[in-house]
Amino acid sequence: MSEKERFSVVGKSLPKIDAWAKVTGQTRFADDMTLPRMAHGKLLRSPHAHARIVRIDTTRARSLPGVYAVITGRDLPPVKFGILPVSQDEEALCVEKVRMVGDAVAPVAAVDEETAERAAEMIEVEYEPLRALMSIEDSLAHPEVRIHEYGDGPNVHKAVSLQFGDVEAALAGAHLVREDVFFFEGNTHLPMEQHSAVAHWGPDDKLTLWSSTQTPHYVHRLLGKILDVPQAHIRVIAAPVGGGFGGKLDPFAHEIAACKLSQLTGRPVKITLTREEVFYVHRGRHPVLMWIRTGFARDGAITGMHFRSWLDGGAYGSYGVASTFYTGALQTVTYKIPAYKFEGARVFTNKPPCGPKRGHGTPQPRFAMECQIDKAAEQLGLDPADMRRRNLAEPFTKTANHLTVTTIGLGECIDRVVEASGWREKRASLPPGRGIGIACSSYLTGAGTAIYWNDMPHSGVVVRADRSGGVSVLCGATDIGQGSDSILAYLAAEVLGIEPKDIRVHAADTDLTPVDLGSYSSRVTLMAGQAVIQAAERLRARIFEAVARKLEAPASALVGRDRRVFVADDPERGVSFPDAVVLGESMHGVLAVPGSYAPPKRAGKYKGGGVGPSPCYSYTACVVEVTVDRETGEVRPTEVWIAHDVGRALNPLLVEGQVEGSVYMGLGEVLMEEQVFRKGVHKIPSLLEYKSPTTLETPEIHTILVETDDPEGPFGAKEAGQGPLLPIIPAVVNAIHDAVGVRLDEIPVSPDKVLKGLELARQGKPARVGPERLPLLTFPAPRAVESAFGQPAENIAERPFST
Amino acid sequence: MMRLPPFEYLAPVSVADAAKLMAERGPAAMLVAGGTDLYPNMKRRQFEPEALVGLRGIRELAGVRGTAARGLTIGSGATLTAVARHAEVAGGYPALATAAGLVSTPQLRNSGTIGGNVCVDTRCNYYNQSHQWRKAVNFCMKKDGEICLVAPVSPRCWAVSSSDTAPVLWSLGATVTLVGPAGEREIPIAALYRDDGIAYLAKRPDEILTEIALPPADGLRSAYLKLRRRGSFDFPVLGVAVALTMDGATVARGRIVLGAVASLPREASEAGEMLAGQRLTPDLIDRVAARAARPSKPLDNTDLTHPYRKKMTRVFVARALRRLAGLPEHASGFGVEPTGQELA
Repeated sequence: MSEKERFSVVGKSLPKIDAWAKVTGQTRFADDMTLPRMAHGKLLRSPHAHARIVRIDTTRARSLPGVYAVITGRDLPPVKFGILPVSQDEEALCVEKVRMVGDAVAPVAAVDEETAERAAEMIEVEYEPLRALMSIEDSLAHPEVRIHEYGDGPNVHKAVSLQFGDVEAALAGAHLVREDVFFFEGNTHLPMEQHSAVAHWGPDDKLTLWSSTQTPHYVHRLLGKILDVPQAHIRVIAAPVGGGFGGKLDPFAHEIAACKLSQLTGRPVKITLTREEVFYVHRGRHPVLMWIRTGFARDGAITGMHFRSWLDGGAYGSYGVASTFYTGALQTVTYKIPAYKFEGARVFTNKPPCGPKRGHGTPQPRFAMECQIDKAAEQLGLDPADMRRRNLAEPFTKTANHLTVTTIGLGECIDRVVEASGWREKRASLPPGRGIGIACSSYLTGAGTAIYWNDMPHSGVVVRADRSGGVSVLCGATDIGQGSDSILAYLAAEVLGIEPKDIRVHAADTDLTPVDLGSYSSRVTLMAGQAVIQAAERLRARIFEAVARKLEAPASALVGRDRRVFVADDPERGVSFPDAVVLGESMHGVLAVPGSYAPPKRAGKYKGGGVGPSPCYSYTACVVEVTVDRETGEVRPTEVWIAHDVGRALNPLLVEGQVEGSVYMGLGEVLMEEQVFRKGVHKIPSLLEYKSPTTLETPEIHTILVETDDPEGPFGAKEAGQGPLLPIIPAVVNAIHDAVGVRLDEIPVSPDKVLKGLELARQGKPARVGPERLPLLTFPAPRAVESAFGQPAENIAERPFST
Repeated sequence: MMRLPPFEYLAPVSVADAAKLMAERGPAAMLVAGGTDLYPNMKRRQFEPEALVGLRGIRELAGVRGTAARGLTIGSGATLTAVARHAEVAGGYPALATAAGLVSTPQLRNSGTIGGNVCVDTRCNYYNQSHQWRKAVNFCMKKDGEICLVAPVSPRCWAVSSSDTAPVLWSLGATVTLVGPAGEREIPIAALYRDDGIAYLAKRPDEILTEIALPPADGLRSAYLKLRRRGSFDFPVLGVAVALTMDGATVARGRIVLGAVASLPREASEAGEMLAGQRLTPDLIDRVAARAARPSKPLDNTDLTHPYRKKMTRVFVARALRRLAGLPEHASGFGVEPTGQELA
């Protein structure tokens, strides 16, 4: 049977199941919600980057007509929290100290937003300003000032050091050793929807929170701790999310404040952030300074790599420990790297906390590594595409740092973009000012470990059917616009032989849906997908059993297709799907069956080994063509060719959408976006002045999907939501070099930096623009682990919930 | 979301009534036409008027009269879209059509007016921020504070003139009509501006800008180039308006006016004078462009670095002149168009 015949839904370019609601404006986002007697909240935030809170007086604010409640951190249980168990350093409302401009101090609930805003301005807070530490250098230079009291050194949140094999020996044996320094400026997610939450503490003393969150489960867990309420009395519902990209992955002050204010006022309370507040909430891309030393053989093979990263973490931990490890985790999965050493440190500063943004911790090192490879290729006289192509990691092996890779479609990805872009001809023939660059990358399809230790499923689904013939899928997964609800419907429809329209998806409600860890790390299609397949197959088995008895045929001879269940080689013998469900319900009673998924347990047995493992990895290759104006320094990407190994495109339309969105976001990061600070405050917290590209800046994008049918993925699928962003950034930078001979070792590539590079070239100096200095920070002695490079992927002994 | 402060909205139907209302209400009132700049500024409490006198209902302010051959009169209430698309504007004064068409976004151009753009508030990235943000930096002298945060030792405000159409109108020798309670006066648009980020208009608050008059476009060649990061949304961080009155192949009179490098449109007079009586040779263009960059003195209070904006002044003036001379726009023979130009 051909691939096309094998599937009836999978592989088809279908619209999302919520497409009509979205495009006609009928989707109800959190901010669209209105409940009877609802109050509106507003948070007073800190105007200081670092200060001690001496006194808070809410008297005047509370006396303003229309104000229902004003609270401070003293009204909440005195607990600190954080998304990671190792970084419990946040307060919903600051009590003793503020650590950044925008830290939440005191919220107000009032009859309307205007009144709440006026009241918030009437809250009197006396601060004693402390020295603000606004950079890694600042924070390390002033150990006498402490942003937090914990960590791996004064203002050092986390310092890690891992070594896999003898890197020094590997470098000593290299034909060429390159040492380079790169800087990747921080940037933010910029979702279209600002965060919004509606809380209702009901008369039954139970709490319901609707929120634009990517992780209702983690919010649920942490609310129990923060509010000191049994989780059993809390219900969290993820409202449709208008874009996440990692920015809605932590529990936030406005959610917690809305809950508490609702409890105190007996009213539902809504708090929607302003765009400026979203910039303060942040948790976006870390600014990362990187030093990379790599040995290359004459043919371009990498003999070993030593990588160092310094992350500017901002004021709180958030996902920062994971981010730190991620800056060192995935270098090894694209090309053969027999020996590898990684040192990383995250430093606290008085700025909005950084965290996960699309690609979490990996775009920065990918930029550094792919630009360095481009430089090495130039020095070795090799074609950068060929050099990469020759040294790909082996499928179904382990990497030096003990990651198990399965299928690798990177070779085909490179071949396809080289072919489609006319790489070889263009390398030789593009006129000055025009250039072409290539880069590759890889990303996880779901984090192999949860953020808190447990043996439970990462993803759970219940599929139910009843005599109406209707099927419901209940799953805790959160559709943040990527289409995860649609994927659940497609997969259930595929297994059951019905249409996606026959299925209703109920998602992301902690009362009604089994737990799913959330929409992050590109995990939902794979994990919730495997869970829904398991549940749907179990349901199908029950239905087939009943139909088999009716048709007097063995269940194994039945198929479900075209809304019917019938004998495979005698299609006339069959029943309609609704009739089949009636038979099933008659035989088994209620038809509601669970599916569970947890990733195979194969994390490296070393501390930090939990960051990086994934059931499988997606691969991407990208060629970008640019035009550079030598007089203005302006860079215009004119065309992008990107090939993505998605394992299998469950819906090519959605995959292409994810790829194009990633390209667009990557172009913004490489050419424009920067989260920068001045006088202790975000310099440009607005959609107008924080420059992000528009459709006018978006070039023609040619998306090529490569399918490798990965054994770990649902029907072979891997991720598509994050990986395609990664190669864009270095591909653009490499193309700029091809166009005008300037090496930009720092992004974003603003036009003045290009001109600076051209000026250096005119002066006969190396045409390189990038960081000149590295921070003084001693990394801990490395934890030496044997390199697992090249070992065969073991047969996985433990695969929880698989039967 | 950010909310507007409470205010009273007054809707006169004649210019005379509007002027009277402005006089009665005094400094607590502000004029509003399209509102595309004013309302966001009010949300950030940069403006806190008690009353707004709306000009949208005044029919006499809308419309464009005359022809390019005899001179054109543009009502201040004409939308930027209307100006950009007007055949006489596009035919006789292409720089103005270009500039109007490069303001912000299509949606805002449908609402924003040419009068509003001519009078648009000066901008500064210490000033165009929310009240909360400005509080964090202790405010600046333009609103609620004492000093200029860009140049703290300076006694004045250095907010930047950010109109696209103003430098073009200046280069075209436009005049504007101001109507106040005491009557009507017509002044060259160059006299409308003052070199001060706060008091940037030489117009009394109760005067209403009603019309913009353009001289006949005979022998006129004009161009406007805008520097900004993106092809839409962004205010200029450098604008270059060039208008040449040609006598055959010779320039009879040339005017170069720079936008977004000072608190007012800045005429590069010496450079303009160098053009008079000359043919537009590549050599002349280079010399004129170098001279035109001299009065460009941007400070660090907009997008892109100020040394870069200064450096680009020369490049943009040269490109504008090359375009008008019919030469290839890029001296180096290759490169990309300045962002947004393809929209012209």
